[in-house]
Amino acid sequence: MTVQPSWYLVLSALLFTIGVAGVLIRRNAIVVFMCVELMLNAVNLSFIAFSKLNGDLNGQVLSFFVMVVAAAEVVVGLGILVAIFRKRSSTSVDDVNLLKG
Amino acid sequence: MPLLPLAGFAVNTLLGRRLGQVAGWLATLLVAGAFAITVAAVIELLGKDADARVAILRGYDWFVSGNLRVAFDLRLDPLSATLALVVTGVGALIHLYSIGYMAADGRRGTYFAWLNLFAAAMLTLVLAQNFLVMFLGWEGVGLCSYLLIGFWFTRPEVPAAAKKAFIVNRVGDIGFLIAMFLIFATVGSLDFDQVFGRVGSLAGGTATAIALLLFLACTGKSAQIPLYVWLPDAMAGPTPVSALIHAATMVTAGVFLVARANVLFQASSAAAATVVVIGALTALLGAVIAIGQDDIKRILAYSTVSQLGYMFIGVGLGPIGYAAGIFHLVTHAFFKAQLFLGAGSVMHGNDDSTDIKEFGGLRRVMPITFVTTMAAWLAIIGFPLTSGFYSKDQILGAAFDHGGVGMFAWVVGVATAGITGFYMSRLVFLTFFGERRWPEGRHPHESPPVMTVPLLVLGLLALIGGFTLSTFTGVGGRIQEFLQTVLGQAPEAGSATLSAFWLSVIATGLALVGAGLAWYVYGSGRVYWLAPRARFAGVWRALYAKLYVDELYELFTVRLGGALVRFLAGPVDQDVIDGAVNGVAGAVSTGAGRARRLQTGLVRTYAVGVLGGAVLLLAFLVIRSSA
Repeated sequence: MTVQPSWYLVLSALLFTIGVAGVLIRRNAIVVFMCVELMLNAVNLSFIAFSKLNGDLNGQVLSFFVMVVAAAEVVVGLGILVAIFRKRSSTSVDDVNLLKG
Repeated sequence: MPLLPLAGFAVNTLLGRRLGQVAGWLATLLVAGAFAITVAAVIELLGKDADARVAILRGYDWFVSGNLRVAFDLRLDPLSATLALVVTGVGALIHLYSIGYMAADGRRGTYFAWLNLFAAAMLTLVLAQNFLVMFLGWEGVGLCSYLLIGFWFTRPEVPAAAKKAFIVNRVGDIGFLIAMFLIFATVGSLDFDQVFGRVGSLAGGTATAIALLLFLACTGKSAQIPLYVWLPDAMAGPTPVSALIHAATMVTAGVFLVARANVLFQASSAAAATVVVIGALTALLGAVIAIGQDDIKRILAYSTVSQLGYMFIGVGLGPIGYAAGIFHLVTHAFFKAQLFLGAGSVMHGNDDSTDIKEFGGLRRVMPITFVTTMAAWLAIIGFPLTSGFYSKDQILGAAFDHGGVGMFAWVVGVATAGITGFYMSRLVFLTFFGERRWPEGRHPHESPPVMTVPLLVLGLLALIGGFTLSTFTGVGGRIQEFLQTVLGQAPEAGSATLSAFWLSVIATGLALVGAGLAWYVYGSGRVYWLAPRARFAGVWRALYAKLYVDELYELFTVRLGGALVRFLAGPVDQDVIDGAVNGVAGAVSTGAGRARRLQTGLVRTYAVGVLGGAVLLLAFLVIRSSA
């Protein structure tokens, strides 16, 4: 039984959905971050899969871009998170609601 | 020419209080100087060929805006020269008279300053070469009229009368303004020569509209139906002012305007007919109301309204009547100025009383006033060979020959002539004849020479102004030939069914019948003079109340207008307009209040929104690509 390209896509969709669900459901900011990473990497997986399927390198190049951006985003996000934690000693995203109208 | 009185205005405004008695003499001399210049100019005009009698003095460019160029050009032609002669000549006499009349007034300097300003504005009006400069003079005389009516502003009714005059005039002035806009919009210029040269290219409706709007301005300035109501109230001003502004000059500005714009009125038969009908009706109405007044100046005021009606009949008739209308303007300036000055002299000698019930028998104590007033009286009732006889006769003759509307005007005019004979004789008999009725302690006396000299001059002019300016027989005439350059040749009288002789016999006869009736009631002593008043009490009350026209106007303007304004200010403004404004603000505020709740501050709610949006977008793309 050989690995079909559709399997990659199914796995990618599965990971993305888990990420979405995590972002929407979990309160812990660190977990939310991890879920966001999960979504990004699910997309990366599908990029790679399509790249292999179509035989060109664009998808692979794009996944590198995503990784770079994700790394930068994590740096900034964790910095904010540490600052919030120092102020409030909590990592729950629901506690950060100062901007409500 | 206008510069001299203007200088007088400046000097008297600045120094009037210190000049004292000199202010009056200065003002008089300056107007007399303007008169001398006008006479010189007229003599020069007469020396030229009939066709070349137009001199245009190019002044500086007043302002240029886009393709509108308004220059301060002045125009001297036979028409404006005639008017300028009247303004400066009669004006100088009235200035002279004012020196005596206002001798006791502390604010002489101001008075003469305004009187000079008036003369300057009036000259600007008659000498203007385009509509805007004319409008400048037009508004200038209106302003001076307002100032001078309100000269004795401490009396309660005086400022009200001044304001009434000003506001009623504004109504007419709007007509002038809109007419100017229309002229500029269609012709592209306000210069008389250019406008009149291009009248032929105007659409009929436009010409009618312009002419009617101009005539609206005339009804305001010249006190015609429906805007005549301000003139009788304007008698609150000093009497020389009434004589100068509200009898001799300013109120004739409307007649002058029609004559000046005669090309426009000829282009529209409807507008010309309107002028004739309004003139005729005003002549009749003014004369009828004059019967029932007891105030000597009010009688004269209504008489002025009535005589102005005659002039409008004349100028409305077309080329056949222009010269007659202007001729009547001139003679009327003579005899009505005299009548007002005579009335002023009577008031001066009677402690400023204006009630003819309190006079009577004044002919013995005021001989000069009496004799000169008799001369003017003969003129206004159209006694043969006096000035009024010639001019009124020519208007009525022209109306008769014109036919159509003219015939209507002729009938009304002849009837008015009869009524005029009655009310003017009533005035004269009650004032100068009969028993003395003035209260004890009053000592009527003749006025000083500075006042009687103008009376004598004007009285003489009222007598001889007719055949010197026209001809002895009343056919054709010098002034008519003089005016021909501007007003065009009057067509020869057609096959009239009645000869000119019989026409004047009818009119004069009726006037004499009226005068005789007045003599029987008020002069002969055979009937107690208050008896008709009791006998026809109802009619008398209506006449005395000026036929309730003021009340009618109050009903329409004050009551209905007030109700309309209250409606606009209340329900419309507060509820509809403010409501719309406040409603929009309220709706935005409530909407924002609701929308505010969307911003929860919870990151995960936003995430749901982003996800939902992405899903929707994706669904849309999928559906579109599969469809």
